[in-house]
Amino acid sequence: MSGVQLLVGTRKGAFVLTSDGSRDDWDVEGPLFAGWEIYHLKASPVDPNRLYASQSTGWHGQVVQRSDDAGKTWEPVGNEFAYDGVPGTHQWYDGTQHPWEFAHIWHLEPSLTDRDTVFAGVEDAALFRSVDGGQTWQELSGLRDHETGSQWQPGAGGLCLHTILIHPDDPQRMFVAISAAGAFRTDDGGETWRPINRGLRSAELPDEDREVGHCVHRIAMNPSRPDVLFMQKHWDVMRSDDAGESWHEVSGNLPSDFGFPIAVHPHEPDTVYVVPIKSDSEHVPPDGKLRVYRSRAGGNEWEALTDGLPQSHCYVNVLRDAMSLDDLDPGGVYFGTTGGQVYASADGGDKWTAIVRDLPAVLSVEAQTLP
Amino acid sequence: MIRVVLPQHLRTLAGVDGEVSLDAQERPTQRTVLDALEASYPTLRGTIRDHGTAKRRDFIRFFACGQDITLDSADHPLADEIASGAEPFRVVAAMAGG
Repeated sequence: MSGVQLLVGTRKGAFVLTSDGSRDDWDVEGPLFAGWEIYHLKASPVDPNRLYASQSTGWHGQVVQRSDDAGKTWEPVGNEFAYDGVPGTHQWYDGTQHPWEFAHIWHLEPSLTDRDTVFAGVEDAALFRSVDGGQTWQELSGLRDHETGSQWQPGAGGLCLHTILIHPDDPQRMFVAISAAGAFRTDDGGETWRPINRGLRSAELPDEDREVGHCVHRIAMNPSRPDVLFMQKHWDVMRSDDAGESWHEVSGNLPSDFGFPIAVHPHEPDTVYVVPIKSDSEHVPPDGKLRVYRSRAGGNEWEALTDGLPQSHCYVNVLRDAMSLDDLDPGGVYFGTTGGQVYASADGGDKWTAIVRDLPAVLSVEAQTLP
Repeated sequence: MIRVVLPQHLRTLAGVDGEVSLDAQERPTQRTVLDALEASYPTLRGTIRDHGTAKRRDFIRFFACGQDITLDSADHPLADEIASGAEPFRVVAAMAGG
């Protein structure tokens, strides 16, 4: 029976939670890289033994770790992230221009076809690529060089590139999302990019339909239907049926359409998960009830999933990279909270159990289905 | 021999338990000591000083012979006790909460 490994990044280290295919009992290992912020870890889909991890602190900056034995041992690889050419400026919170400055990696996305190729989404927003297993990194500067680049402005969490989606059939096509610039697409392997934000409306903007400036929190895709994208925006849950050319709202009956993560079931392309959060000023679940919402209709019609989740006095958040699904059947759904809990459901979200309850604040959860 | 004391996170990253020993230098400075440290332990590159600019990271300080020498010129000669190995060059992670 195959199993599942959850790669959990937290404010104070990484944890690896492992179970067999039943997903009843879990081994917990960690903390790895104790005391460091681990924004994200992810396995190569080509080689399940190859893992990448983003490790950082305010003291020592960015480190990238790589494992070739499924996380048993790790080695630091390259950590030089130099913007291409003269970095220029982007818009600062007060409307002035501010130099582009590397802060840290938010998200690592290994290639679908080559274990040594991996992409890094960073703050200040840029996309880097390594083709040598993380030893060296080169910016795909066509993104930041887009004519709107100087208009990009950080959200409260920074000007971060947090989502990278690779088209499963067309390696030239990729999607990225940036807070608070919006979503972008390349059709030439990352050389050039264009905003794909038509249909997004952000009341916070002077021109709420503008081309960039939207605070996209997360985009998700089912690989069997890669032109259908789902988006959790700052406010609004959105859907595109044409690879981002246009978006329409599918928030439907959600108790709040503010939130961070969004995920699509690996075998059911119309099954989507979100975690509604009360508001952008409070960042807690509505009514103190931690509820995952599932749509089996590709949006608009949502059902609350509550069995096993706290339904009173719960005031944790679930961050944008902290929800993931495995590839087993029935599909497993996992998410981590800022309160340090990691919840698991082995039946698509009907019933939940806490694998662990007292980790540091969870930044990311990646489910790796083991062979 | 020049002795260097690293903060815990950097000892872990470099894979060392205690002090680091570097080859003796005739006129060591902050810059030459850190250059030698990074040459011996490449995983420390970028964690004390920024890549490219070699600018000290904000929450790192340098001590020698009980003195905070962080703001001295990177090319100012270090004390004889550092050059002789009688005292270590200390890389200190600033106290920070959270």
